[in-house]
Amino acid sequence: MNAAINAIGLGPYLFVSAALLVLGVFGIFLNRKNIIVMLMAMELILLSANLNLVAFSSALGDLSGQVMVLFVLTIAAAEAAIGLAIVTVYFRNRGSIQVEDVTMMKG
Amino acid sequence: MGVSSFNWAIALPEIALALAGVVILAGVVLQPKGEGFLPATVLSGAALLGCMVLVLVAPQGHGYAGTFVNDGFARFMKILVLAGALVAVVLGASYRTREQRTLPFEAPVLILFSTLGAMIMASSANLMTLFVGLELSSLSIYILCALERDNVLSSEAGLKYFILGSLASGLLLYGISLVYGFAGTMEYTGLIEAVRSAAIPPMGLVVGIVFVLVGLSFKLSVVPFHMWTPDVYQGAPTPVTAYMAGAPKFAAFALFLRVMAGPFGAVAPRWQILIETVSVLSMVYGAFAAIPQTNIKRLMAYSSIGHMGYALMGLAAASMAGLQATLVYLSAYLIMNAGTFGCIAAMRRNGREVNGIADLAGLGKTDPGMALALAIFMFSMVGAPPLAGFFGKFLVFAAAWQAGLYPLVAVGAAASIVGAYYYLRIVKVMYFDAPDQALDRPAPGLLLVSGGMGLATVLFIAVLGPILSFAHQAAIALVG
Repeated sequence: MNAAINAIGLGPYLFVSAALLVLGVFGIFLNRKNIIVMLMAMELILLSANLNLVAFSSALGDLSGQVMVLFVLTIAAAEAAIGLAIVTVYFRNRGSIQVEDVTMMKG
Repeated sequence: MGVSSFNWAIALPEIALALAGVVILAGVVLQPKGEGFLPATVLSGAALLGCMVLVLVAPQGHGYAGTFVNDGFARFMKILVLAGALVAVVLGASYRTREQRTLPFEAPVLILFSTLGAMIMASSANLMTLFVGLELSSLSIYILCALERDNVLSSEAGLKYFILGSLASGLLLYGISLVYGFAGTMEYTGLIEAVRSAAIPPMGLVVGIVFVLVGLSFKLSVVPFHMWTPDVYQGAPTPVTAYMAGAPKFAAFALFLRVMAGPFGAVAPRWQILIETVSVLSMVYGAFAAIPQTNIKRLMAYSSIGHMGYALMGLAAASMAGLQATLVYLSAYLIMNAGTFGCIAAMRRNGREVNGIADLAGLGKTDPGMALALAIFMFSMVGAPPLAGFFGKFLVFAAAWQAGLYPLVAVGAAASIVGAYYYLRIVKVMYFDAPDQALDRPAPGLLLVSGGMGLATVLFIAVLGPILSFAHQAAIALVG
């Protein structure tokens, strides 16, 4: 077991990551303004899972959690790139990235 | 673990497909602008076909340090996924006409990469492989949805799918982190032991499983995680919708079955009720919400929500017969869904795409062949014997009945009857409404898809035996 985890235990890590997850989810559902803020909230969710993975990996003395984090970071980068590209295309067609304007289709 | 135990060959189809994708992309980028679509389509189609052959000959077993497995189940799902993707590529080629050159050459290549992700999902033996495959598949689909760059509906569909899809991936990943932490491993074999050894599974593990379930349910678009489906289906280019309604669902189902029947199978009574609830809600919602729809792509979205509900019934039964029934249901769904989208892609008037159900008025007189094909698919979706959809529905109902889930069967039968109303309304519009201006003649590729799938729907009974035994082997590989 890693020294830092030993000193303060697993609890605080899990608590912080759960708090980040909740912030991220609320950032998506309560945010009625800007899509960029939603992209940031999504990164927060992925990072909360990363924190969990690293803490567990350290506590379990098992490396696969940290390997997973490397994959997740790569995927998060790709996701952000694709997300921004889609937002750009959308802005060119619609002239706005306000969340309340994303309502061309309903029913 | 040495390199020799890596067992490279079991991932031969995936490696070949990945290389083919990169080579096609590199080759086509060098073509003059606007001329790359046809070569990209032909090469992607050939790569998918070749990959199908490789799937059939690739050796079976575990490999890649326990992260990858190739068994009968993976083989079955991969064939379904590849067939769905191949149909979508053919549709894409015929959808792009002289008048409407909106799809760029990246479309078939992205379908290829998304298929690769779906195949990795079907073969995952580790939560890490699961997540990477899922993301490869999803990221490609986000781009595919928004691929018609000048179409505001397409970019809105892409945006909506991206936001809700990445939220679902995030929740899934959080669930994976909890499962990893409380079970101490990411490998399915290790998870099986962790779940079986504990008298009461730790709370963190149960919460993690629920998060994983939520993430996968989103990809399947079952109620209550269906909100994105109608908008995205309507806005995305038709070949992309055809792809999304097929291959990624099969891959998500592969994961659902592999994870639920495998590692979490020992705690089946704890999640069974969740699956039952989701199945009932999807069947009922799919049936009722489709009734007021006027856009046929939107209608197909609700129809797919309903179909996923029926297919989940087999998983809710948590038995061998249930797994087998789900696999047969998915095969039938693949055929009738691909055929229906073949007909939808052919709906054009004066070169412009039309999607209204009212646009089909009088099709029985103006284009009897296409009307007949669409009528066959609609009757099959209702579950009329002896068409493909009947056998799928009959088997899942029978499996749920054997497992004693009588309320589930009753709700399913009631939802089928309600669903029959909106499927048969299309048949009525085609044959009994006054003909509107005739639709354009469909492209040969679309005739091939809808005609071929129509024949397959009618003759499903002839291949039912082989499909059943193939599905049986797959179910054995899964449960062991």
